[in-house]
Amino acid sequence: MTVPSNELHLAAYLEASAQRFPERTAVVSPDGSSITYRQLNEQADRVAAFLVRRGVQPGDRVGLLLPKSKEGVTAIFGILKARAAYVPADYTAPATRLRAIYADCQVRAIFIHASVLAVLAEAPPEARPDTIVVLGCSAADARAQGLDAVVDWEEVLSEQSRVDTSTSRSLDDLAFILYTSGSTGIPKGVMLSQRNATSLAEWASSVYQPSQEDRFSNHPPFHFDMSVQDLYPAIKHAAALYLVSEELGKDPRQLALFISENRLTIWYSTPSILTMLAEYGNLRKVSLDSLRIVGFAGEVFPVKHLRKLVDLVPHPAYYNFYGPTETNVCTFASIPKPVPANRTEPFPIGPACYHCTPLVLDQNGAEVNPGEEGLLYISGPSVFLGYWNRPKENAAAFLERNGRRWYNTGDVVREDKELGFIYLGRRDRMVKRRGFRIELDDVQSGLYRHKGLREVAVIAVPDADSGVKIIAYLSAHDPAKKPSIIELKTFCNQELPYYMSPDVFIYLDALPRTSTDKVNFPALKAAFLEGK
Amino acid sequence: MSDQTEKIRAFILAEFLPGESPANLRDDTPLRTSGILDSLATLRVVSFVEEQFGIEVEAHEAGVENFDRIADISAFIDRKRAAKS
Repeated sequence: MTVPSNELHLAAYLEASAQRFPERTAVVSPDGSSITYRQLNEQADRVAAFLVRRGVQPGDRVGLLLPKSKEGVTAIFGILKARAAYVPADYTAPATRLRAIYADCQVRAIFIHASVLAVLAEAPPEARPDTIVVLGCSAADARAQGLDAVVDWEEVLSEQSRVDTSTSRSLDDLAFILYTSGSTGIPKGVMLSQRNATSLAEWASSVYQPSQEDRFSNHPPFHFDMSVQDLYPAIKHAAALYLVSEELGKDPRQLALFISENRLTIWYSTPSILTMLAEYGNLRKVSLDSLRIVGFAGEVFPVKHLRKLVDLVPHPAYYNFYGPTETNVCTFASIPKPVPANRTEPFPIGPACYHCTPLVLDQNGAEVNPGEEGLLYISGPSVFLGYWNRPKENAAAFLERNGRRWYNTGDVVREDKELGFIYLGRRDRMVKRRGFRIELDDVQSGLYRHKGLREVAVIAVPDADSGVKIIAYLSAHDPAKKPSIIELKTFCNQELPYYMSPDVFIYLDALPRTSTDKVNFPALKAAFLEGK
Repeated sequence: MSDQTEKIRAFILAEFLPGESPANLRDDTPLRTSGILDSLATLRVVSFVEEQFGIEVEAHEAGVENFDRIADISAFIDRKRAAKS
């Protein structure tokens, strides 16, 4: 189905803003350099024409391995204008993971930073994309690293041909693929269409009410779903988008100064970052009064840190956004101000967004009575197309019911008439921490690689300070030579991403077992919570 | 000096290494590069050091060069205090 409605395409957001506000600042890079809407649109046109001339077809995938930069945003819009789909990934991730991602979705072209050229240089030539564009060094320098057919960014921007895809665009076009985390498990590519992204951008605009005067932050990286809610509402409304670099994002005092000095108006990040700002951002001395919206998502926000933040920065409206990558934000709740002094339990995730239809089902697939707990299903224009090349997972992810396609979030909720949905947890072994999905079994198999350990059982418990705590229960082959906790931490640091490393390690002589000889996880959880 | 290192050691053990034997956390055990402290945990150590020892740590001083080992943290505190007095 082709929808002629041109203004509802992500690339059309940029084109409309470039027409209305050509000289306004569109994107500010972490180094302070910026690009106007006219420049961004013109350069993205050149990127699109370059890609098309190199054989990139609608629906083709194009990789993006770049630090945050205005060039990265330009590449994104160029790819979208070519009706191709961008596949961003964490350029600091291990090369094997990155090669697995790009081999999985078979990217036709890639934009890659000079610092990570080894990802391609060490891959066999036949596994490399047809077109490689390097940023941060010249094509000659990249060729010296063993990559023959490389083009640099300057050459792309000097493209003379032109393409216009505006009449053939469809809301069904694949817009981007986001690979879910899970480092030891094989990442899955979540396919998101133009419709998925524009429906989110339209809904978010109804909450943010942005104008060209707004200054958006972009803290999450582009391979995180949260970035979609920064990038497209900002460009749609010709606002300025301030990219936060990876380094700055981890430094609360500098980050507070960055928000203050740039007079940012809209902020969206994980609660971990906001906790860091509240606790260590020196907010008694730095005013963040330019902010009018503060949103958070990706994990539970411990109420004591949220209260502190709202006390220190009382002016903005605070929103708790909820949703997996597969639907992006699908429920949201406004946080009352001030946060009640006696409240300790996390805030509800709230009612469904207007573009999402919720359904709560019990284990047998029957609708629960109002107020009863069950699994949350979502249907509507924001629900993803499916996982790239994963028929088995796709069959399990969706439910056909009442003539609609429903995505099973796997999250257990209860609906309150006034508050909306209350998040209760999960029935499987997945937790979310710092915006990342963590399979506890992946943590477990990581630890099992340590030769000194005989048994490993990893559990997660709610924690008032950090939202969730990961506990590893262990037994050693030789109790006299059990690895020290420092040794285990160091081991995890090498074997697992930082967000997967357990907070607590506890040795037992042997792990408790059920009558069928399985590890008794409920007993471990109860024992930990009792011992607290 | 030793009282200072013991206080830092006790804090790191209690907050980030519950259950670890104090003897295993030596003055020269790497903290950042080993993964004992991630960036968020380091901020907590910095804030503890500021409150406990009455110094102010600038953002650029909170990196690996001053906060990777207990011995380095302690030497850093000494330098800051000497500069202040």
